[in-house]
Amino acid sequence: MRLNKILKNALLVISAGIILTACATKKEVAVEAPKKEETKKEETKKEEVTKIEKIAGQMQGDVYVGTDSVKYLADGVADRVFFATNESILTTASRETLRAQAAWLRANSNITVVLEGHADERGTREYNLALGERRANAAKDYLMTYGVSSDRITVISYGKERPVDSGSNPLAWSKNRRSVTVKAN
Amino acid sequence: MIKKFIIIIFIFIPIKVLALIEVDITRGNLNPLPLAVSPLSIDETSRKNFEQILDKENIGSEISLIVENNLRTSGLFNPLDKKAFLQAPDIANLKPRFEDWNLIKAQALITGKVNFINDKLRVEFRLWDVLAAKEMMALAFTTVPTNWRRVGHIISDKVYERLTGEKGYFDTRIIYVAEEGPKTQRIKKLAIMDQDGANNKFLTLGNELVLTPRFNPASQMVTYLSYFKNMPRVYLLDIETGTQEVVGDFPGMTFAPRFSPDGKKIIMSFAKDGKSDIYTMNLETRLVERITNHPSIDTSPSYSPDGKYITFNSDRSGYQQIYVMKNDGSDVKRISFGNGLYGTPVWSPRGDLIAFTKLHKGKFYIGVMRTDGTGERLLTENYYQEAPSWSPNGRVLIFYRETKTNSKGEGFSAKLWSIDLTGYNERLIKTETDASDPSWSSLLSN
Repeated sequence: MRLNKILKNALLVISAGIILTACATKKEVAVEAPKKEETKKEETKKEEVTKIEKIAGQMQGDVYVGTDSVKYLADGVADRVFFATNESILTTASRETLRAQAAWLRANSNITVVLEGHADERGTREYNLALGERRANAAKDYLMTYGVSSDRITVISYGKERPVDSGSNPLAWSKNRRSVTVKAN
Repeated sequence: MIKKFIIIIFIFIPIKVLALIEVDITRGNLNPLPLAVSPLSIDETSRKNFEQILDKENIGSEISLIVENNLRTSGLFNPLDKKAFLQAPDIANLKPRFEDWNLIKAQALITGKVNFINDKLRVEFRLWDVLAAKEMMALAFTTVPTNWRRVGHIISDKVYERLTGEKGYFDTRIIYVAEEGPKTQRIKKLAIMDQDGANNKFLTLGNELVLTPRFNPASQMVTYLSYFKNMPRVYLLDIETGTQEVVGDFPGMTFAPRFSPDGKKIIMSFAKDGKSDIYTMNLETRLVERITNHPSIDTSPSYSPDGKYITFNSDRSGYQQIYVMKNDGSDVKRISFGNGLYGTPVWSPRGDLIAFTKLHKGKFYIGVMRTDGTGERLLTENYYQEAPSWSPNGRVLIFYRETKTNSKGEGFSAKLWSIDLTGYNERLIKTETDASDPSWSSLLSN
């Protein structure tokens, strides 16, 4: 199981590499494009490049690593973790976030939480309900590993029903593939 | 409402008529049959009575419009413009002058008469073969006046059946989810309407999220998913009485419900600890049975019409694919092997096909395949569409489509669409609000 996870993480890194290469190829193609209204094109290209860099800064592979929409349960304790498409594997960053949540929950033993699992809009509704449940459970399992008792955690899936970003683009989808830890009391 | 609707059918002339007109249903709308739907004739006293009761100036014309609209949307018929009709409705119903109808290229003619008798609506109609100059069918119905739209649908079904040799699908309803509000905070309500969009009614208030309503093929019961009290569970709703109840007592989310063909069981998924498995509950004995037991996600189950098999989707191979198994969960076989992901399998009421949603290279498709997975045919491609539901005769699929938002995240909408099994005749189904998750009822009569 652990080996599996390591392999999958390695895959993520590789796929990130592929995406970067893909971007590079795209840029070359753009250079070869016909040279009408050059200055305007130049500008749009600049914009595109900054856009790509921005997205690159906010996504690793296709997992969101930015801070848009993230709320904090306490100082330094982010409320959510993000997932790759169709995946429920916790990334290194997600595990870090969940360890911080676990520490905070251990220090505040009266608090109970609901883990809300979500999916992006690029899947069928029923499968996404199951996927959201699987994601929230991945987060729950990790919290339990770090000492949070299961009776303090409730899991609910919203599938693709409650996106935080209404965009129809990879960045928006990456923000929506998430498990959010919400205080229940 | 259904029980109140008593249809008395008289067959005037029970003679055998050779099927002279034939509509080739396998070819879709390539060559729709030209036919004339003459307004149903009505005497002045009846007209006034109905005007008072129903607030419709001429109920005869209204009923014929329903028939005309149904036949046109089927894609198999081309109802001709009434302005070209030479013969008055009352005389045409007695004895059509076939040469007149032939002149405007009508191959079939529908005529009829409406009467107000003992506070009831009595409608008779006749179907004529223009070329052979013969009556093909004559029927009469008596019902309460408020059922006038259903009379139009039943006439449409009779004509469709007589001319195509297959049962119609017009006297049916669609249950769906009505949607409003921004994409991030959608308000969803259960809604029901006639197959042609009329008589729309909301069944829930929108206080809680509701999803995936499905009709019982054997009655007017509906099963759906509700987030009532923030606990996603499968519910059973009687749309006539409005009573509802939770299905089973599961310690977690139940979802993706559907009825068995006999209407006695509900099949659904139950999610626990990151795994989703398929269960059934017998509605009479309340007995719950586990059908699949696998660490993967098993969902979207659908029975074959004989109840012996179940199709479902599972990611046990790593990605979402379609499987078929026996109704006890044994003999699981994967049937989808094409490129991409496959979901929402639904068994055709005829038994020979499974409709599905496919995701491939960022596009969503509605398609059909044989029950062994061969003969895959994609009917329509779009940015996002899913959840096909069959018309009761297995000729038409209804599904929903969502639009891509712009760079600001605006412009989202969800609408119902239908498409013929042939891949032709794609149509937007107009709804008052945005709409998703449609489910087609069985025929309400016969």
